[in-house]
Amino acid sequence: MRIDPHKCVACGNCLPICPVGAIYIDPAIGRATVNQDQCVECFTCFRGMSTESLNPTMVRSIRKILGFLRIRFDPEPDVCPTSAITPQELEWPRVVRRAFSDPLVPHESTGIHGRGTEEVKTNDVTNRVREGEAGFTVEFGRPTIGARFHEIEQMTRALAGEGLAFEEKNPVTHLMTDRSQGLIREDILNERVLSAIVEFKTTLDRVPELLRKIRAVASTLETVVLVGVSTRCDASGDSPLEEILQREGFPFNRGKTNLGLGQAVHQVH
Amino acid sequence: MTNTLHRYGDERSLKDDYIVFAIPSRGYNDANSVPKLQEFLRLAVKHKPVNLGDGSHGALFRPNKRLTPLAHWFRREKYSHEKVINGVKNPTTVAAVFNNKQAVEAFVEDLRKANLGLSINISALIDKAQECCQDIGLPRHSVEYSLRFMGKTDYLAEARVLELSTMCGHGMISFNFARKMLDWVKGGRRSPEQASEYLSRFCTCGVYNPCRAVEILQQAQKGH
Repeated sequence: MRIDPHKCVACGNCLPICPVGAIYIDPAIGRATVNQDQCVECFTCFRGMSTESLNPTMVRSIRKILGFLRIRFDPEPDVCPTSAITPQELEWPRVVRRAFSDPLVPHESTGIHGRGTEEVKTNDVTNRVREGEAGFTVEFGRPTIGARFHEIEQMTRALAGEGLAFEEKNPVTHLMTDRSQGLIREDILNERVLSAIVEFKTTLDRVPELLRKIRAVASTLETVVLVGVSTRCDASGDSPLEEILQREGFPFNRGKTNLGLGQAVHQVH
Repeated sequence: MTNTLHRYGDERSLKDDYIVFAIPSRGYNDANSVPKLQEFLRLAVKHKPVNLGDGSHGALFRPNKRLTPLAHWFRREKYSHEKVINGVKNPTTVAAVFNNKQAVEAFVEDLRKANLGLSINISALIDKAQECCQDIGLPRHSVEYSLRFMGKTDYLAEARVLELSTMCGHGMISFNFARKMLDWVKGGRRSPEQASEYLSRFCTCGVYNPCRAVEILQQAQKGH
């Protein structure tokens, strides 16, 4: 993303909008500027801000006069008055940033918007996580902290060392060069994304040791990690995972409950 | 996509926060799913959701790319339910947000009768979702639990900012903007309702709960 210096009037509205704080007023030019290394190409500023198409020279003049008189205008906080925010053509490997950060861009590998897969949300149809199994989603950089792939790779290497198989349909899995070792392709390791999710499944008895492992690796990373653990309930709707999480000291209060109303029309092989 | 899973807050803060969403499964039941997704949203509207959205095309609250300067005094940018429903053009996730359990139960009962064949999930406090299932006699199929933050938690914002920001799980609502809205409400520059609308516009898929945001902002307004 870039901000057109010919249009920008340095109103500063876009600064707090940026989830990763990459926008600043460059004192050298007196215009809002995007730190390209920090920007994750989430398009929040471009898409989320409402816009006017006012004449930049006129707006700057009015701002100067009001500023000189020490009068503060109280504008709408989510408006770019001159439509100065401009997307750029993204090339590899930078395009990876947008694929993982902009929820309106579907991943080619999964066909769905966002960073993960259907997970347990369609488990009633896919039967991906069966009774006695646990599905894991390990998310990096959320909320709005961001993460680089070299940090994610530290986790995938550790998880691969546990003999786990990563979810085939997950976008991060598709960027691995060696899934058995959890290696991610080198040319994207320094790319920064708003968040990314690593997925795998295992048996319920391995949940405690894997959560401890994830917590240990997470403590060495320069980002935040959030874990979701899922399972298939029994016929009466009870979940064996609940007791395991409580016993092992992994507190929870929220989650997603699949009601089992889905039906497969076509069976994919 | 775990965009509703990790909403931050304690039981008191999350007790009236329910997202019910429908999702087709690629290759299993996504063909011809658009009318079913629209039907899901139509059924939701009967039960007065506080937000509604389609993961590909937007929600009730959206930015406007053609504002005039008058917007600074007269601004109203809430889309109609019909516009959201008619905007569903391809297989995607559709969601409706509710602020009470009775509405969720009545909605799920309608969904059961409608037999859309799509996967339906409730994203809420685990206990509350389980109560919904028990009340309507529907055993849970699968559950995903959100565990607490790990790693570099020093980078996180204060609790109230996290509550506002994490209602958009895609991370479209920055800590700084949530904090700015809290400050503006505290300073009397905007009402909690206005600030909640500003925040809601950044959530592209309609899972933001503007009512919960108002409650959080009202607490801040009282200096809590």
